[in-house]
Amino acid sequence: MSAPAVDAARVGDPGGSEAGGAAAFSDDEVAAVRARFPVLSRTVGAGHALAYLDSGATSQRPDSVLDAERDYLTRSNAAVHRGAHTLAEEATQAYEDARAAVAGFVGLDDDEVVWTRNATEGLNIVALGLSHYGIGAPGPLALRAGDEVVVTEMEHHANLVPWQQACARTGATLRWIGLDDDGRLDLDDLDRVVTGRTKVLAFTHASNVLGTVNPVPRLVAAAKAVGALTVLDACQSVPHFPVALRALDVDLAVFSAHKMLGPTGIGALAGRREVLAALPPVVTGGSMVEKVTMESTTFREPPQRFEAGTPPVSQAIAWHAAVDHLSALGMDRIAAHEHMLTERLLAGVADLPGVRVLGPTTARDRVGAVSVVVEGVHPHDVGQFLDNEGIAVRVGHHCAQPVHRRYGATASTRASVYLYSTTGEVDAFVETLGRVRGYFGAA
Amino acid sequence: MSGLDQLYQQIILDHAKAKHGFGLRDAAPGAASADSHQYNPLCGDEVTLRAVVTTAPDGTAAPVVADVAWTGEGCSISQASTSVLHELVVGLPVPQATGLVEEFRTMIRSRGQVEPDEEVLGDAAAFAGVGRHANRVKCAMLGWTAFEDALSRAVADLFEAAPQPGPPAVSTTTEQENA
Ligand SMILES: Cc1ncc(COP(=O)(O)O)c(C=O)c1O
Repeated sequence: MSAPAVDAARVGDPGGSEAGGAAAFSDDEVAAVRARFPVLSRTVGAGHALAYLDSGATSQRPDSVLDAERDYLTRSNAAVHRGAHTLAEEATQAYEDARAAVAGFVGLDDDEVVWTRNATEGLNIVALGLSHYGIGAPGPLALRAGDEVVVTEMEHHANLVPWQQACARTGATLRWIGLDDDGRLDLDDLDRVVTGRTKVLAFTHASNVLGTVNPVPRLVAAAKAVGALTVLDACQSVPHFPVALRALDVDLAVFSAHKMLGPTGIGALAGRREVLAALPPVVTGGSMVEKVTMESTTFREPPQRFEAGTPPVSQAIAWHAAVDHLSALGMDRIAAHEHMLTERLLAGVADLPGVRVLGPTTARDRVGAVSVVVEGVHPHDVGQFLDNEGIAVRVGHHCAQPVHRRYGATASTRASVYLYSTTGEVDAFVETLGRVRGYFGAA
Repeated sequence: MSGLDQLYQQIILDHAKAKHGFGLRDAAPGAASADSHQYNPLCGDEVTLRAVVTTAPDGTAAPVVADVAWTGEGCSISQASTSVLHELVVGLPVPQATGLVEEFRTMIRSRGQVEPDEEVLGDAAAFAGVGRHANRVKCAMLGWTAFEDALSRAVADLFEAAPQPGPPAVSTTTEQENA
């Protein structure tokens, strides 16, 4: 399928200028990239150009994605995997092509991608499955009392709360890897936390608050040494730099379409087919079954086993267009572009008095989500002030309260860049942020 | 006035700094009090507010709001609106205070449609612009919701012969303020 050519040495590495050799987009190239995103030409408030710096929450969609969904709906819309008519056949073909394309994008085969509603649902399928909640015999993966689940202190609630729940159900214990003052995992802790009792090591590839990119090989090696299952939250990595999951050697991973130019309502649980095969389904019903009698049911193999009910067909097709769009531009170029912007963003905010960055202050092993705490001004007010100039950022705890608490904050203001972000937008953010404290009388 | 200055009127910025009534104080002997903790899960803002009521000195039926004391963390809108609340309701008979809360809520929910009655609302009229920002409505209501909750329990306590000191109620603002 249309998998981008990925350099095996760089898979899962944010790269950027010093690592990869790919160049950031030129001004003309950025203009051409942006021209494909209709929403980017709108204005906000009193005629301000939109500076959309909230792609970490959800990305914008290019015309190719919008058109793909509309083309499908105006030509072939039908239920998939049933019906013998032409539309149903076309729909099924397009739907399964989409699976192969998304799988290829992360270096997997098509039977290794399960469609989910979003990344959150994917993590719940795993955590519920391991606590053999619902149907399915407790297999070798089953969590039991005495087992330990290890996460990190920088997790999004989506990769924390389901594990807390799984532990509460099974009597397993939740442990976590702490963070150092620079916003990186405290790996001195690793041997103490990941032990023979560890059954699962679930961690984020890139933090949505700190921007930190975690050393996957080191964590996978620690998990493998004790026979623990690895679960990677790839929500903030797959959209931003080349990621080949097989090369990273993780067992399972999740990501969401809406953060990578695709639609809402679809995500993926991806991973090793033998691990998926050992996981019981937690949502049951139509489409995921083989033989059903009044007494009992046998289930299909993955991925269908986890896809009960009518699936998100037009969303899958739109997601296919999204990964094609990213691949055509080149994930290595996108990574280089974002790396350049991240350096500029970090350098800009470093010069602002009373502004503290949560997370690494250099762009090495970092994605372009930069969260700041503005002394004396609440993030909600910061966001409102920025919005008044057309600058869209995220404010609040970004679904990661523990990591905020770790750095002595309850909330922050986050700017996050993507392939269509410009140096002008970064500069406008920094300049406007520099005026916030004065306005609110905090300077 | 820019959209921003309409939202952040000078009165609001001043109150956000002054934070009238900030700090939890014990109620005077003979007064009844109750606490309410309100939390906005969307942004993590929180307020703990203590409403203190006493029987009216002139012996009329209605008790009086003797104090509104609060602590918490939040944006300038939530801090200022709680500060304004303190300024407006301390000293008022309880029925008037609850009427004021209703008036404030109606204004905030009107999406900027209702012209505030400055005679009644005083400094609180400055929050009229908040209604136009759907995601700030909760901020403006946070302290007022806490007050309403604490007040009703403080009054109940005052009228009970033997008040039952229970644990402070903890509730999140599940109410759709921007409905
Ligand atoms: C790191 C991380 N994990 C998980 C999620 C959850 O993604 P979704 O809401 O699409 O399920 C997000 C999105 O906010 C995220 O940034």
